[in-house]
Amino acid sequence: MSFLLTCPHCGSRPVDEFHFQGEVTRRPGPGASLRELTDYVYFRDNVAGLQREWWYHRKGCKTWFVAERDTRTNDVLRTLIPAPTGVAAPQ
Amino acid sequence: MRLRSQPTERIDRSRPITFSYAGREVTGFAGDTVGSALYAAGRRVFSRSFKYHRPRGLVCCSGHCPNCMMTVDGVPNVRVCVEPLQPDIDVRDQNVLGSADRDLLGIVDKVGGPFTPVGFYYRTMIRPRRAWPLYEKVLRNLAGLGRVDETANGHGHYDTVHRRVDVLVVGGGPAGRAAARDAEGEVLLVDDRGGHEAPYEVLAPATALAIYEGGLVPVALGNILYRIRAERIVVATGALEQPLLFAGNDLVGVMLPEAFRRMVDEWALQPGERAVLVGDAAAGLKLQLARAGVEIAAVSPVPTSLSAQGRKGRLRSVELDGVRIDCDLLVVSGGLQPAYSLLAQAGARIEYEPRRGIFVPTELPDGVEVVGAAAGEIEQVPAPAVLDGHGDKCFVCICEDVTTKDVKRALREGFDSIELAKRYTTVTMGPCQGKLCQLASTRLLARETDTDESAIGTTTARPPWRPIELGLLAGPHHEPAKLTPLHDRHEALGAEVIWTGAWRRAFQYGDPAAEVRAVHESLGLIDVSTLGKVLVEGPGAAELLDRLYPNRFSDLKPGRIRYGVLTSDGGRIMDDGTVARLDDELFYVTTTSTGSEGVVEWFEWWNAIWGYDAEIVNVTGALAAMNLAGPDAREALAPLTHADLASDSFRYLDAKEITVAGVPCLALRIGFVGELGYELHCPATDAGRLWDALVADGATPFGLEAQRVLRLEKGHVIVGQDTDSESNLVSARMQWTIKDDKFDFVGKLAVPHLDVREKLVGFTTDVLPPEGAQVVRDGRIAGRVTSARFSERVGGAIGLAWVDPDSAEEGAAISIRVDGSAHPAAVTLAPFYDPEGALLRS
Repeated sequence: MSFLLTCPHCGSRPVDEFHFQGEVTRRPGPGASLRELTDYVYFRDNVAGLQREWWYHRKGCKTWFVAERDTRTNDVLRTLIPAPTGVAAPQ
Repeated sequence: MRLRSQPTERIDRSRPITFSYAGREVTGFAGDTVGSALYAAGRRVFSRSFKYHRPRGLVCCSGHCPNCMMTVDGVPNVRVCVEPLQPDIDVRDQNVLGSADRDLLGIVDKVGGPFTPVGFYYRTMIRPRRAWPLYEKVLRNLAGLGRVDETANGHGHYDTVHRRVDVLVVGGGPAGRAAARDAEGEVLLVDDRGGHEAPYEVLAPATALAIYEGGLVPVALGNILYRIRAERIVVATGALEQPLLFAGNDLVGVMLPEAFRRMVDEWALQPGERAVLVGDAAAGLKLQLARAGVEIAAVSPVPTSLSAQGRKGRLRSVELDGVRIDCDLLVVSGGLQPAYSLLAQAGARIEYEPRRGIFVPTELPDGVEVVGAAAGEIEQVPAPAVLDGHGDKCFVCICEDVTTKDVKRALREGFDSIELAKRYTTVTMGPCQGKLCQLASTRLLARETDTDESAIGTTTARPPWRPIELGLLAGPHHEPAKLTPLHDRHEALGAEVIWTGAWRRAFQYGDPAAEVRAVHESLGLIDVSTLGKVLVEGPGAAELLDRLYPNRFSDLKPGRIRYGVLTSDGGRIMDDGTVARLDDELFYVTTTSTGSEGVVEWFEWWNAIWGYDAEIVNVTGALAAMNLAGPDAREALAPLTHADLASDSFRYLDAKEITVAGVPCLALRIGFVGELGYELHCPATDAGRLWDALVADGATPFGLEAQRVLRLEKGHVIVGQDTDSESNLVSARMQWTIKDDKFDFVGKLAVPHLDVREKLVGFTTDVLPPEGAQVVRDGRIAGRVTSARFSERVGGAIGLAWVDPDSAEEGAAISIRVDGSAHPAAVTLAPFYDPEGALLRS
């Protein structure tokens, strides 16, 4: 693991400056069943291919952002600071 | 013995250097390597081989082969042929019982054959089984190369340098220099030889160890590891001279042309007296042969039959196509092989080219180029896999002492792929990592299996390109320690300081029991600067905190404090602390000492998802904090401040900005230790002044141990000590912090599903159990102790333990196993001390 990752603020930096937070997941709405909850908390798609995932520039500007990475090649197609989902109640 | 001055020599004859070899004094010159100085002093046998303990001499003089490995200043496996000579170094033989000249283990070569076939450790020494410990003891001592000095303790100093350049050229030969000269932008050339004057930057003598993902190239230069990233990587690593396979090909006196050239050109040595030259060897050495005054006994292209005969491991004659020729030197060349390892690591395909008998790199990945001999710019005719001729052993791999016989035997046993044969025979697995044996073993396998080399292929090229010290990879020895602004005060008081995470904290100042009594009876002062301290500010701050914590903060009045526990979406306890509302849009949040960074990242992550209008600022390092606690706290604080401290105007769980001893403080009336207390948060730079004033005022400093006793008397939980990654708010009996009527918070989804297989309770007992002791019920393990201390106040041992839910009732009888026997204990649900909290509110 020594690929380069482009921080939306700092540009291309070695990946060891970043903290990996895993796949972007979908948080279930209120009243989630135990199955929905455990799916969300414990299960991941773990795709061989393009994956949207959270990264944090821990040894840099401390920004959270999303990267689209091919898990087979570690090619990062793009990185972005995603638009917030908003502060309203989840549906 | 030196030749007269050579035009290209690197030695400075005016600067002799004296060092020690095997306890004897030897003198060389500046510019010598350890190997060349020893050769000049008459040494010919430089080591004993790995398995058979055969005498070995200089073969490559390029730092590739294992033949010159010695122990230098306690560092094993130093290739002395390329190790620059330094004054007063201590050089010793290794892997010998005796000396390199007289090694008692040489007996293995003479009688070991039938007993030590390839893979012998898989098939012999198995029976009788009970003798294995003996076998193992003997083998342990014989196996491996060199001895690590176990008494040496981090004697090396290593460092890492990060670099980015436009173009990185690996290799300082003609092709590499030309590529560097023509390259645009910032150019860096890595040269594993001496280096040269150039208009671009040169790192020398340095070795590129690998090409990793993302074009990361680690380069070793002495004790410094460069981590280099380049837009373009130009590989100009050249080609490796290959040996020939014939009987006796490892005798001392058999060498490659480059070794001969360097001996004469660089160190003015006479490699031998009477030489036979085989292969293309002669072509490039005319000048050196004449200068060194070496008599040429014979010159031959690669013959069909060749064997070498020696005495005591040293070459005496060769039999060349049936003709016996006396000589003490045999310079052989089996041709060249492009040094493709870095390219293979980068992802290039390695393909066999039968016309020239070499493996060449193709299909290079983006950003990686290859020039010169490394690219396959070599003209030659392939040499035969093995030359005919009988007699001595014929080595495919001199690192691991693998003979052609061993490879053939492995084939007969079914190990017919190169990767299997490698693992079984260990061919290419030695210190040279295939530099001198990869091509040879592929050719041999192809011949023996009657296929071609491209069907056999190569083994995987792995980093590093040459062996390096582990210290270089480990980097500088650096253990970061966080010190509070009051650390010098603790040291001056003679505190015992311990690690808590990355923090150094005062554990106790001599008598923890007396420190506990001071807090109970009069006044104590503890440095709690390690608490995480976070500002959350903005119009959305209250709503954000409501959504991060199970507890509610939007209804908290400015100037008030509330306890909060953070949970994950799975409902697990993550961290805890207090939240003080300073005004409508400003909150001051504390976290556990080890949790501050994680909590800030957690807050920021959720807010990156939600987008509340709030800023999160970690002020842990900017502020110090100390807790002034004890029944005398108010009286002691009064003369130092103008603030109104009356119990109805500065109440329990109030937060006020006050000035104490001239220091601006945020004072929080909270009570982790169970007595009337003021937690004073102030700028780190003022902390010493405040601490001194409070100590002068009569406060007794107390440490972590006293605080652990005091908080345990209150039944206060330490997250991470009393809870673990399975604990939830219900099982930890903190469900009162859950405000489930909020539309959402992190962990809300899990609330209906929280299972309670055990509960966290207090207990009292007579025998102090160790932390981690088992709670037993009906002879079964039914829980565990997480904290336990002796409390003078309670008059016995107290603690916290996880027990089965049935036992989580006031007064329930449980048993705790201490030293193998069960001791009775009673469950206590309320705090052991001041259960109503009257003292806190006083």
